[in-house]
Amino acid sequence: MSAREAILGRVRARIPHGPEGARRGAVERRIAEHPRNLIPERGQGDLEHRIRVFTEMMLAVGGTVEVVDDINDVPHHAAVYLRDGNLPARLRRGADPVLAKLPWHRGGALEVTEGPAADEDRASISRAFAGIAESGTIVLISGADNPTTLNFLPEAHIVLLESSALFASYEEAWTRLRALMGEGNMPRTVNMISGPSRTGDIEQTIVRPAHGPKNMHVIIVR
Amino acid sequence: MPESPPRVGLFVTCLVDLFRPSVGFAAVKLLEDVGCTVEVPEAQTCCGQPAHNSGDRADARAIALNVIAAFRGFDYVVVPSGSCGGMIVKHYPELFDTGSAGHEEALHLARRTHELTSFLTRVMKVDKVEARFPARATYHDSCSGLRELGIREEPRKLLASVEGVSLREMTDADVCCGFGGTFCVKYPGISDKMLEKKLRHIEATGADTLIAGDMGCLMNMAGKLKRVGSAIKVRHVAEVLAGDYATPPIAEAE
Amino acid sequence: MTEMSTTAFKDNVAKALADDQLQFAMTETGPRFIAKRTKAREALPEFDQLRDQARGIKDHVLDHLDIYLERYEAKVKETGGHVHWAETPDEARAAVLEICRKANAKMVTKGKSMISEEIDLNRHLEENGITPVETDLGEYIIQLRNERPSHIIAPAVHLTRGQVEADFRRVHTHLDPGRDLSEIPSLVEEARGVLRRKYLTADVGITGANFLIAETGSSIIVTNEGNGDLTQTLPKVHIVLASIEKLVPTLEDATTILRVLARSATGQEFSNYTTFSTGGRRPGDPDGPAEYHVILLDNGRANVLGTEFQDMLRCIRCGACLNHCPVYNAVGGHAYGWVYPGPIGSVVTPALVGIEKARHLPNASTFCGRCEEVCPMRIPIPKMLRHWREKEFERHLQPTTMRWGLGLWAWVAKRPKLYRRATALAARVLANQAHGKGRLKKAPLASGWTEFRDFPAPQGKTFHRLWKERRS
Repeated sequence: MSAREAILGRVRARIPHGPEGARRGAVERRIAEHPRNLIPERGQGDLEHRIRVFTEMMLAVGGTVEVVDDINDVPHHAAVYLRDGNLPARLRRGADPVLAKLPWHRGGALEVTEGPAADEDRASISRAFAGIAESGTIVLISGADNPTTLNFLPEAHIVLLESSALFASYEEAWTRLRALMGEGNMPRTVNMISGPSRTGDIEQTIVRPAHGPKNMHVIIVR
Repeated sequence: MPESPPRVGLFVTCLVDLFRPSVGFAAVKLLEDVGCTVEVPEAQTCCGQPAHNSGDRADARAIALNVIAAFRGFDYVVVPSGSCGGMIVKHYPELFDTGSAGHEEALHLARRTHELTSFLTRVMKVDKVEARFPARATYHDSCSGLRELGIREEPRKLLASVEGVSLREMTDADVCCGFGGTFCVKYPGISDKMLEKKLRHIEATGADTLIAGDMGCLMNMAGKLKRVGSAIKVRHVAEVLAGDYATPPIAEAE
Repeated sequence: MTEMSTTAFKDNVAKALADDQLQFAMTETGPRFIAKRTKAREALPEFDQLRDQARGIKDHVLDHLDIYLERYEAKVKETGGHVHWAETPDEARAAVLEICRKANAKMVTKGKSMISEEIDLNRHLEENGITPVETDLGEYIIQLRNERPSHIIAPAVHLTRGQVEADFRRVHTHLDPGRDLSEIPSLVEEARGVLRRKYLTADVGITGANFLIAETGSSIIVTNEGNGDLTQTLPKVHIVLASIEKLVPTLEDATTILRVLARSATGQEFSNYTTFSTGGRRPGDPDGPAEYHVILLDNGRANVLGTEFQDMLRCIRCGACLNHCPVYNAVGGHAYGWVYPGPIGSVVTPALVGIEKARHLPNASTFCGRCEEVCPMRIPIPKMLRHWREKEFERHLQPTTMRWGLGLWAWVAKRPKLYRRATALAARVLANQAHGKGRLKKAPLASGWTEFRDFPAPQGKTFHRLWKERRS
């Protein structure tokens, strides 16, 4: 008997036995309907409220946030952010069409290259799939346009978050993801990120960064 | 006040019976002061918690049946201990199969059983006592009373009404003192480490009196305080509420 | 499987109590976790309701675990991943080794995984010529020390910065002796530099899993450092070590439990990195591992289903019960002698290694109940510890003197008249021995007590005797 059969057999022998059909039905129903559980009130509210809560939460975990009205201003703000952080005017990005279309020349001397991150890349920019006000969390999904390495290797990670994707709760991001990928399907990687990398492993003293980015900067486009 | 006075059975607890009868008499006074008729069934011994916590269900059940029988017919059963109270209220019903006669009786007893300070405040609706007791005091929450019976404000409220008592909170008042029944003799080193921390918090308040509602914890903390030569006096909450400062504090000379 | 040494519990405890560095670390850091959790809990009014729902989700899963496992496996395969079932640590280790060999692996990076500890994976890899490198800072430190984690989420909580500095100076031979490592950020920076090179050159990345989602075939890791993500993103193979009870039905269900996890663990609103992984690199992906494997370990868990211990399988390994346990905070995690320390460890360890080998653990508790009070999954830990004591009692595993003493006491307690006489005698004898001092330096059969405390003497007569006198 394979380990699989042995384990499943043991599990079956020990759990309460209802009619098999009803048990399977309960599982299939739960997965198909994926009901929402209790959602905290904290993030619920209009866009201004969501921006306020998101910003408060992100600042609390050591990230930074700025809000701009025009997406075409993002290159300029990114360039200023790098300059203020004493970082070279170089940015790595994925092939995401919105990022690709930005007027990068408005970033002055900013040099923007496309592709996954390597060790020597010091700053990157990603476009968020969603932002979650509740906990100041950015949701990034992997794919041809969105290399995962951009989220972890560089020391500064800039994230573009469109206000239409700034949700109150995680649950709304799941709804949007299902609409994109189809029921039950996920991108290879979904990264939920709340602030720059940190550790508390030595004497419970919080130190930033640990292994990932030192800074996370979110630019919300209203 | 009801027409006929409530008939209360006092569950003395084995530690009060053996070590500190004055706590029992203080409890009787407090109950009589609020108009209860107090009786002490002779057939009671211990609540059975030592057996229960040692994994000896059969003996725990036998002792529980004895307590159930001894306290039939009382309006209320009052216990000057959160630990023994918790045993009767929370654990007796678990000792019997759901639906069995024993289970029904255990539930019936559990519903009528109260720790002393919570009985006075919640059932008798008393929020002050007539007593005088000079003490700069700090109160330790015994674990079972706090977490099994939810007793926290009750003793503090009553103590605040005692003339002469001033209360100061210690850090981690809700953290175990290291008694734990047989734990304190099975693992004395761990127990002592927990006690050391507790003592530091007690001493930091500047209190001259330590008060709690359980004899086990009190004996543990008093034993350590006296071993290290502390002048802090240790008292059961019932004695303070009854204004009994004539009786020497726990572990102190007559 | 990792060797069990909990029968040495009393020796471990004695050592821990005499270890000043450990005592300093535990006294200084223990309370910080507690304050942080309290703050996070107070900041979320729905917290306790979420705990109830989290419990409900896991109970539902455990009642349908066979179906959820099948559903999950099918979904992983559909997304191009591989599932390896392992009944025992041996089988799990063999599966990992085989994957590593196929990948021609020389060096593997590892994210934090308690299952890895449970199956003693590092030793097995080393014995087979593969170098495992722990990348979670705490795990990395204890790997340098050849120790086990002393905490589920803070593996090096038992150490001070001075000890870490000494370890780095010993192992990192490139270090300039003049470099100042006395502050914690400089230690973190040093580890970051060393581990960065490992991430980039590892052949295989191994992580644990906080949850497995049946709906999507995803595994979830939750970290703050980003080490888990670098571990699983950069090498060409990603192996996930998980046990069978990690299943949750849907993204929504995982989300609900995630809401209570970080708050209970570190007092964070949400961990820095919560990552959902589903299969390997997709066509067009510019990065990510080519292969994705999940090891599904049982190791005794299925046998817990349907017993009075089933609730332990709801555990999400947040560590809140450790942080709040006065016993854990007195002795640290190593004293428990196996992989999972603290209150939940004292429930889990007997189930996985056998109560005979773990007999001390369920007894080393005062039943203070703080663990149950803070458990996000509302696991009745004291009740289960008591159930283990019942098993020990049934199997005569407790020390004879204790057993006889309690047996004699119970025998007398069941006989009220005899009990009255015995207590009256004891009260009188002990009171006499105290000679009016109110306490004894030594008491019969109570050396465990009087080693550290005086023994308060009885007042002289029992309450029942005095009550009778008063009535007559």
